[in-house]
Amino acid sequence: MSQQPFTISLDSLMTPIDFEAMKTAATSGGCSTSSCGSSAKPDDLDEATWDKIKDHPCYSEEAHHYFARMHVAVAPACNIQCNYCNRKYDCANESRPGVVSEKLTPDEARRKVITVANTVPQFSVLGIAGPGDACYDWKKSQATFAAIAREIPDVKLCISTNGLALPDRVDELANMNVDHVTITINMVDPEIGAKIYPWIYFNKKRYTGVEAATILHQRQMLGLEMLVARGILVKVNSVMIPGVNDEHLIEVNRWVKERGAFLHNVMPLISDPAHGTHFGLTGQRGPTAMELKALQDKLEGGAKLMRHCRQCRADAVGLLGDDRGQEFTLDQLPEAVVYDPSKRAAYREIVAEERGDHVRAKEKAIAAVKENAGDGHSILVAVATKGGGRINEHFGHAREFQVYEASTKGVAFVGHRRIDAYCMDGFGEDATLDATIAALEGVTHVLCAKVGDCPKDMLTAAGIEATDAYAYEYAETAISALYAATASDAGQTKAVA
Amino acid sequence: MAFKIIASQCTACGACEFECPTAAIKFKNDTYIIDAKTCTECDGHFDTQQCAAVCPVPKTCVKA
Repeated sequence: MSQQPFTISLDSLMTPIDFEAMKTAATSGGCSTSSCGSSAKPDDLDEATWDKIKDHPCYSEEAHHYFARMHVAVAPACNIQCNYCNRKYDCANESRPGVVSEKLTPDEARRKVITVANTVPQFSVLGIAGPGDACYDWKKSQATFAAIAREIPDVKLCISTNGLALPDRVDELANMNVDHVTITINMVDPEIGAKIYPWIYFNKKRYTGVEAATILHQRQMLGLEMLVARGILVKVNSVMIPGVNDEHLIEVNRWVKERGAFLHNVMPLISDPAHGTHFGLTGQRGPTAMELKALQDKLEGGAKLMRHCRQCRADAVGLLGDDRGQEFTLDQLPEAVVYDPSKRAAYREIVAEERGDHVRAKEKAIAAVKENAGDGHSILVAVATKGGGRINEHFGHAREFQVYEASTKGVAFVGHRRIDAYCMDGFGEDATLDATIAALEGVTHVLCAKVGDCPKDMLTAAGIEATDAYAYEYAETAISALYAATASDAGQTKAVA
Repeated sequence: MAFKIIASQCTACGACEFECPTAAIKFKNDTYIIDAKTCTECDGHFDTQQCAAVCPVPKTCVKA
């Protein structure tokens, strides 16, 4: 690892942390360009917006390689019922929105957040994201944010809401410096809404059917406009439900873009009879990875899309895709906690350098891909990573792959595929690899830090080329090289034919 | 004249507690309990019982 020029592996930050070694690594061996200090800010963003999102893993695809969020489940009461939600469900092994193992009081949340801030240096964002609605169960959300803002002032505060109670809370959110709000908007047509929401509770009454969906729709649009008017960044989440709202989400995208939403995140419906949700029990299926990608591709050019969402648990802790929530359950929290900012500060210093370097490498890679795009071919590449935007995870240990597309448009992150780790105690299981191959539908190449001959052969047989030849490089740099290689292959094939 | 909560089905979300106009609902032993003496079934306050209107689980907040 020390022979590689770009190997400040961010996973080495987990425990124990040796900052001196990292600093030495950061300033030696090929990282000389990183000292120029240019920022990672993309050209199409103004400074003020970039300042808001640069440390937020959910709002910036680039930031999600470096920064971690945590959710605290302090606001369990909800004012609507969705057909994809079962309020009774609770499981430690499930990873999906609304699922949580323990509800916290605001004071328990305070202890948990400070413990995480002292342990996870990547921690930058605190969110309240269910179960329940943060705006409806407002007193608990407010008490939690107030306590954290007092003790860790630089943590970004963020909430998710269904939007129904949102207009009542916009001013208070603005006063508390909450600068990121996610609204789940699944429809702008109440006829479609009636198929997703059986009821809402509003102004002391329960409403059903189209009437309920009409009120919800009006409140969502009002809340969105009020937030945008106050300069609060809004992400819109939409659950893609095949046959119910899939095509309709193009219309939703248009509406939210017109009203100033910063990001649109289309997520696949998670539906399983075992979850006991209405959709699960009635056999409503979720979309396949390729159906989701096809819809997201159609939405390009509308409101900016978020493609790196992991649909995390309501009590998730850590980098997206790497949940450490089980390390911070109530029984493990100390009674008295004092915030120590040193780890987070040291991490930020290193990341600032590494990020500038990554952005320059990425720009170079994208330019190279565009240059090599003469034959118009495209490849879909799955990358095994532990963070930092690098190929630094073994094939057998990966629990997800980040998927990039290289085409005439350059290299872009297009999504992730969740899998079960192939390697369990040193034994790879064929059954697990079948599932992995199925999860990699459409993918042409897999890049990882290490891959054994056996899984490699099985992937080859399935038409997927896996390699560790680009270990520890930035994903985009490796994909650019791979793209050039496949371009010349395509050229040769043509020449031979 | 009162409502009650079926404890085995209650998710303990607490919505009923803060919607109750007479503060008749309290959290006790991992569930919410309606005090039959204080519960008015929202008579004089609202047309429908607030606890039942907001409860996310069907047939869990019912007439005692």
